[in-house]
Amino acid sequence: MAQTATRTKPATRATKSRRSGSVRGSGGGRFAGESPELLKDYFYEMTLIRRFEERAAQGYTQAKIGGYCHLNLGEEATVVGLMRSLRKSDLLFTNYREHGYAIAKGIEPGRVMAELYGRTTGTSKGWGGSMHMFDVEAGLLGGYGIVGGQIPLATGAALAIDYRGGDQVVMCQMGDGTTNIGAFHEALNIAALWNLPVVFVVINNQLGMGTTVDKSSAEPELYKRAAAYRMHGERVDGNDVLAVRDAAARLVEQARETGRPALLEAVSERLKGHSVVDPGKYRSEESVEQAKQADPVANFRAELIEAGVLDEDVAVEIERKAQAEADAAVAFADDSPHPDPSTLFHYTYATPVANDSRRLPADPVF
Amino acid sequence: MAVITYRQALHDTLRDEMLRDEDVFLIGEEIGVFEGSYKITAGLLKEFGEKRVRDTPIAEEGFVGAAVGAAMLGLRPVVELMTINFSLIALDQIVNHAAKIYGMFGGQTSVPMVLRTPGGGGQQLGATHSQNIELYYAFVPGLKVVAPSTPADAKALLLASIRDNDPVLFLENLALYNTKGEVPDVVEPAEIGKAKVTKQGTDITIIGYSRMAMVAQQVAEKLQADEGINAEVVDLRSLRPLDRETVVESVRKTGCAVIAEDDWLTYGIGAEIAASISDGAFDYLDAPVRRVAAAEVPLPYAKPLERAALPSAESLTTAVHQTLDAVGRRRR
Repeated sequence: MAQTATRTKPATRATKSRRSGSVRGSGGGRFAGESPELLKDYFYEMTLIRRFEERAAQGYTQAKIGGYCHLNLGEEATVVGLMRSLRKSDLLFTNYREHGYAIAKGIEPGRVMAELYGRTTGTSKGWGGSMHMFDVEAGLLGGYGIVGGQIPLATGAALAIDYRGGDQVVMCQMGDGTTNIGAFHEALNIAALWNLPVVFVVINNQLGMGTTVDKSSAEPELYKRAAAYRMHGERVDGNDVLAVRDAAARLVEQARETGRPALLEAVSERLKGHSVVDPGKYRSEESVEQAKQADPVANFRAELIEAGVLDEDVAVEIERKAQAEADAAVAFADDSPHPDPSTLFHYTYATPVANDSRRLPADPVF
Repeated sequence: MAVITYRQALHDTLRDEMLRDEDVFLIGEEIGVFEGSYKITAGLLKEFGEKRVRDTPIAEEGFVGAAVGAAMLGLRPVVELMTINFSLIALDQIVNHAAKIYGMFGGQTSVPMVLRTPGGGGQQLGATHSQNIELYYAFVPGLKVVAPSTPADAKALLLASIRDNDPVLFLENLALYNTKGEVPDVVEPAEIGKAKVTKQGTDITIIGYSRMAMVAQQVAEKLQADEGINAEVVDLRSLRPLDRETVVESVRKTGCAVIAEDDWLTYGIGAEIAASISDGAFDYLDAPVRRVAAAEVPLPYAKPLERAALPSAESLTTAVHQTLDAVGRRRR
């Protein structure tokens, strides 16, 4: 089978043309056939993620959140679009930038915030933190902190689905920097060889920490790497929630029906630094301005108003509700208990074992 | 009770477990069509098909990681890594992922997988193919590391490892595959984390694992027969968790100890055992604890050099003699 990569317009071009009104065409055609309630729902969820991440940044500066904290600010359209392409039973593996995914996959925002706070009510009972959220019910099979570590795992999960003859699909999210590590190539090769139902999604925000994609990838059009594995590769505007949803849904359903893996590249922009503590000084003013112009939440709001799906009052009401939910998540986290040190040895082994060391630092060995 | 090889014990156990549990499958390099580099999996592809005996590309990080992911969903992959040396390529998936997934997600999913892999030198394979690097894995909480020395233990520990819900590094040794031993008709799974006293004795404790546990047993039996030295032998069997109790209890009885290990001396498994003896049997010691370990060089190819570098029955016997001489316990 020949490689069938197609290319859609990159993010900035699509956004600019949308602002000029040409994408919608006459009569709000861009939203033709879309349920207004669903569009409002997308707007609500994108806004909720925005507000949640703002509260996460605040919690970090207040030292209520420790460690690293990588936010989805600017990637809300990609997050929501991708998650709306999946069934609840489909499985998701992500990297360490996963708060928005956890919420959009169906986890209560309070539990996501509680994990950031390291509380027992968190998605990983406080053992994981920002980078390691997990929830079987929601189908989130983990955020992973090692760049690319999740790719072989996602491939293995798809192997298990194939082994048992299930109809679930695995989505494996990663950043642009990930596409240069060995595990990316090894896992895509195996997924294609064995016909595994996994959709690999590269969020190309064009920066791997502070290094631009063209300085780290010899082929910066990352979807083209699919060709090496006779896999379908496709690029989509990551600032367009509907475009992301539609492209992802096609690839997900293709994987479900044929078992063929695929590679989707969503071109996006990061509004802030790599993590909360990164001021992003490596970025040009032009790049920052471009990211602001491409803000998917603000642009979607303007579009929905222009198309008559929302009016200003309804938009404000939705934004208030999102803010209230983010605030409630913080309150839930604040009110949740810290793990008790007596539980320190609860999760070393799933099967109890003889002579397991349960020694605290000052305990004698004998 | 049948006498079979270590290789046969592994093969039979894999087959029995695949027949018993549909979720058990094999994955690794050359395990199917080629029937395994050391023929442990001979005939299994023909019997179970490609779904359950899965040949992989030569890409350890990819297929070990895929096995971890499959295990997260409840399958029970048994991975064959052609040699422990290649496990280094999959180190991220083993140490950063397999070992951590149960803990860092608060116990919500575990990784019931087995990584079978041979280590050891003595086959003139040169520096990168002759390593005893089990220490790297024994260091990591979340992993279990077992190292059977006999066919019966190979069977009992492989049964336990496959049925265990955690990632288990199952250490084999190239020198053991053709060794023979008695295996009971019905073998129960061993208790992981328990050492075994394979010979009772009162004069000195010899502690080993994998190939050196077998050598220790042979040396102890010969010393008993030739010189009337009554050595006790402890086969560790499990490197993580480590059964310090059994080691310390034996040394409290005998008053001196020699540790036999195929890995390098500095920071090796023997260092941990020696520290445990210091912690638990200091007042009982009549002599310093001796360690017999590999010379600290990248293992050379040339036969005389390789032979000089590896611990053997002779070097272990010498260390036992010297220790017993020091405490005046050797009859001449």
